Amino acid sequence: MRDFSYFRADNIEAARNAAALPGAMLLAGGTTLVDLAKCGVAEPATVIDISHIEGLNAIDASADRALIGALAKMSHVADNAEVKSFFPAVSEALWQAASAQLRNMATIGGNLMQRTRCPYFRDPANFPACNKREPGSGCSAIGGVTRGHAVLGVSEACIATYPGDLAVALVAFDAEVDLGERKLKVEDFFLAPGATAEQEHDIRPGEVITAIEIPGSAAARRSTYMKVRDRQSYEFAAASAAVGLELEGDGRTIRDIRVALGGVATKPWRARAVEDALKGKALDEATIREASELAMEGAVDHGANHYKIALAPRVIARAILKLGETA
Amino acid sequence: MTVHDMKHAASDSARLEAVGGRLSRVDGPAKITGAAKYAFEQQLEGLTHAVLVGATIAAGKVTAIDARAAETAPGVLAVLTPYTIMELRGASDWLGNPPSQPTYAPLVREVTFSGQHVAAVVAETFEQAVAAAALVKVWYDETPAIVDLSDGKAGDGIPIDAMTKEWGDAEAAFAEAPVRICAAYNTPREFQAAMEPHGLIARWEGDELTIWEPSQWLDGMARTYAEWFSIPFENVRLVSPYIGGGFGSKALALAHSAVAAAAAKMLDRPVKLVLNRPQNFTSYGGRAATRQTVAIGAERDGKIQSIVHRGVNETAVDGMWVEPLGSVTSIMYATPNFSSKQNVVRVNTVVPGAKRAPGENPSAFGIECAIDELAHELGLDPLEIRLINYAERDPHARKAWSTRQLREAFAAGAEAFGWAKRSPAPRSMRDGHQFIGWGVAAGTYPVRRAHGEAVVKILADGSVVVESSSIDMGQGTYTILAQTAAETLGVPVENVTVKLGDSHFARAGVTGGSRLAGVMTGAVHKAAGQALDELIGLALSDPRSPFQKLQANTLVVRDGRIASPRGEGPDLSIGELMSAVGRDHIETKGDTLPASTTPEERYKNYTTVAMSIPHTEGDYSRYSWCAHFVEVRVDEDFGTVRVSRVVSALDSGRLYNPKLAESQWKGGIIMGIGQALLEEGIVDRRHGRIVNGNFADYMLPTNADIPDIQTISVGIPDPHSSALGGKGVGELAIVGIAPAIANAVFHATGKRVRDLPITLEKLI
Ligand SMILES: Cc1cc2nc3c(=O)[nH]c(=O)nc-3n(C[C@H](O)[C@H](O)[C@H](O)COP(=O)(O)OP(=O)(O)OC[C@H]3O[C@@H](n4cnc5c(N)ncnc54)[C@H](O)[C@@H]3O)c2cc1C
Ligand code: SF4
Repeated sequence: MRDFSYFRADNIEAARNAAALPGAMLLAGGTTLVDLAKCGVAEPATVIDISHIEGLNAIDASADRALIGALAKMSHVADNAEVKSFFPAVSEALWQAASAQLRNMATIGGNLMQRTRCPYFRDPANFPACNKREPGSGCSAIGGVTRGHAVLGVSEACIATYPGDLAVALVAFDAEVDLGERKLKVEDFFLAPGATAEQEHDIRPGEVITAIEIPGSAAARRSTYMKVRDRQSYEFAAASAAVGLELEGDGRTIRDIRVALGGVATKPWRARAVEDALKGKALDEATIREASELAMEGAVDHGANHYKIALAPRVIARAILKLGETA
Repeated sequence: MTVHDMKHAASDSARLEAVGGRLSRVDGPAKITGAAKYAFEQQLEGLTHAVLVGATIAAGKVTAIDARAAETAPGVLAVLTPYTIMELRGASDWLGNPPSQPTYAPLVREVTFSGQHVAAVVAETFEQAVAAAALVKVWYDETPAIVDLSDGKAGDGIPIDAMTKEWGDAEAAFAEAPVRICAAYNTPREFQAAMEPHGLIARWEGDELTIWEPSQWLDGMARTYAEWFSIPFENVRLVSPYIGGGFGSKALALAHSAVAAAAAKMLDRPVKLVLNRPQNFTSYGGRAATRQTVAIGAERDGKIQSIVHRGVNETAVDGMWVEPLGSVTSIMYATPNFSSKQNVVRVNTVVPGAKRAPGENPSAFGIECAIDELAHELGLDPLEIRLINYAERDPHARKAWSTRQLREAFAAGAEAFGWAKRSPAPRSMRDGHQFIGWGVAAGTYPVRRAHGEAVVKILADGSVVVESSSIDMGQGTYTILAQTAAETLGVPVENVTVKLGDSHFARAGVTGGSRLAGVMTGAVHKAAGQALDELIGLALSDPRSPFQKLQANTLVVRDGRIASPRGEGPDLSIGELMSAVGRDHIETKGDTLPASTTPEERYKNYTTVAMSIPHTEGDYSRYSWCAHFVEVRVDEDFGTVRVSRVVSALDSGRLYNPKLAESQWKGGIIMGIGQALLEEGIVDRRHGRIVNGNFADYMLPTNADIPDIQTISVGIPDPHSSALGGKGVGELAIVGIAPAIANAVFHATGKRVRDLPITLEKLI
């Protein structure tokens, strides 16, 4: 069998020390790691089980901020009453992700670290070329089956979509990820492929995510996560949008708006052009639809994923319209 | 063998034991509690594990295999390659035709599809075998592959003359018809996607082979193993107590089966080989991709004058599969002129196979969409056009229907659905951002008949055992055979134990084509009737029987007690009688074959499909029928389609157990929803390889995709179709769902999607 050593970390220091070893990988809920090990993508030398570390699963949310421990389960966060009231987009992104069984196992830290669903990435036996797995080996997806691939943030090296939902909501609301020594904006934590497709996160050997922190805001309170896919449940997004809205006292002028996209980009994608175009504007369907198109500036398709360029702006627009209706 | 707890099952209505009672699945509790042991869950002493290595090219030759690293890996017992695996004899096909090659090589040197098995590693543990399999290096000489039907190199294919059906002058009548529609309809490669993967445990004891393998056809698969290894049929025992879904895929012994059995023989150790999920998409065939064109010419009043149909399905480079695309086209509507022809095209794929309602399913997608297009063209209601062209008799066989409750199905379904309130114009019904569409389509499936045998035993305590080598893959065989025996013998259903899934039991043919219930209820009815006669004979004539002095002509058995018809004289339980006459059991074997059948014919009957009885035999044409009414909601921005309501009225003749029939119908409808909206094997055209061969990426409907489904039985007992009056249930309900949804999507959006699945990008 493919041997690896197993180390159970009882505290965060032990986890960090072990994580600095070459070939070490953290095991939280295991829903990504075990899956990728079965595909032959992940071949850890050491598996560091962090799931028993105490104190890392707390959820502390209020109107001001949400502090969510890295080991909190997706299902617990989705169900948390304060998260639902003050950060509805976060709760909605979580409960529309994966399946009930997976959400009961999977952690928030692991969720941020999930890997792309690019089928070529996941099948090394048949597709040796993949820059994300083997830098410089090429990209099997380009020229192949690309229906799920990204249209934003792509490079010649890699066009793989970042598949997660939660991070899209986090990016929309300026959340930060706590790595112990460092704190980073979630938006900066994720890296577009450029020439280095293998680097997906700004995380260094020995670093462990301990928490995420989301600042509270009026836009976060009035927010939603809209996820569009062929199947009603248990499918990654064809396109999704996390949107938050704050209106002026007149009830129709947009004071603050947050827009981030999922399912269409190589990382959770903040659509600032859309936000800028709508701030100060009236909440009006035609304006919203027109502004939403700006999200697709610079989009590049590879054939079968062309539909995403039409779809994503509609998801943004509908999410904003939905928030407008729920005054 | 798990003995099912009947008391638990017998809970929901009076007279459950009667055929026609709503007895819950007797195997349900065992499955829910985990007590049910599936075929390859057996724990055997000394079990070893085999893992397959698949070709990474779609066409070409294996030029070399380097197995040294794998051979020396921990725990490895053997690496089998085309060069080292023992020689197997060729086996005859499922029709009993002799093999085309004298030998059979389940590990190949000539690769004809991606994923084809080229090597196998056997090790002490599964993990060791997996790790070592990754070390096997294979070199190829690759040649260009034909990836699918739309491949430029594919050509028009091979005409299958046996599929041609023609009467009148269809082309001329079409050309002259005042109203004409003609369109092309495509269905993709689809997979059976059963939860339980394929796999087996093989164990040799001398020249006796025991195979634990999920199987829809024990006797047929046992024959194949016997032929591969040149051993007598009786030396093979196939055990398949439960099947975690087959949907047509588990009726044949396949290449991986041969590899496991050969490995077990070569190592003289039991071998377990289970396909991983991606291998379940490449090791056996799903439904072939199909293309059809349907042209209909009609009068302005809607009367069809001509149907011209052309079909193509993909098959393999080294195997033939014909998906009969004209099967529904040729019988659904009355037409004076008709022509249907079909080709098959060889592509580099594993040989396609049977998936629920092979033939009828894609055939109905073509004709049932086309008739909807014609209705739209004519401004007629889609239901009305179906009634205008109602076939009063089989237009192809030119025989009376045995029973055809399709008109009743249309009426009952339309009433329950509220069809009369449909607004005819496309895009005319909406709710917020959702377009609403209502669609209808009909479906049908022939009544496939065969013969089977069953053993019924009455034991000393009065309990009853039924034995048959037929199987239960969730469709309810355990339950309906218990009901049949209980009713025939007059005993409570909880006194009956049904034992299935062992090829050493009384024989049965293939479980497929919805034939099993009709065949096996007939056989059990007969065997149980003989057992009852023997029991009553004993009671009347045995000198030790308390009934002997009664001088009665007959006795009756009710609720497990035996008495005279008018109640005078003794009243004994069956157990009391058995002990009074000193018998420890009564055993009878009943079959549905004519008495003159020779042993060779019997063998052929159970181990091939050559002796199936045509559904148009004699004076009648026998089919099940259904009408589906579907509501969809299509998002105007996203193009996402959700089915929000289904009402289906179905004619499966008499239902042996309505609860189980409804559950099978619903299963078919759910599978049809998946086919219409989600399922598609996606091929990388450069590599000829399926890239979504797993349950995250090959989309099957989830609970959230399935609305409440109402099914209505409109069947009446059909004496021409089976001994007890039932017709087929399991395959029927999927037929017609995809066109009903496609028609509803057209009604919702005004867009006609003729390529399945109807995914969102086709609508935005
Ligand atoms: C079939 C399927 C469908 C899915 N559908 C969706 C979906 O629709 N939407 C969605 O968003 N997600 C989806 N997922 C992904 C799922 O949400 C992730 O697998 C899950 O969140 C990972 O969490 P985990 O705790 O199980 O991580 P693990 O598998 O334990 O770890 C994943 C990775 O993160 C690293 N890691 C874990 N914890 C930390 C930490 N604290 N600090 C640093 N690194 C860490 C590990 O080393 C590993 O590399 C799906 C997954 C599957 C298998
Ligand atoms: S898109 Fe990225 S992940 Fe997919 S094959 Fe190309 S390099 Fe690998």
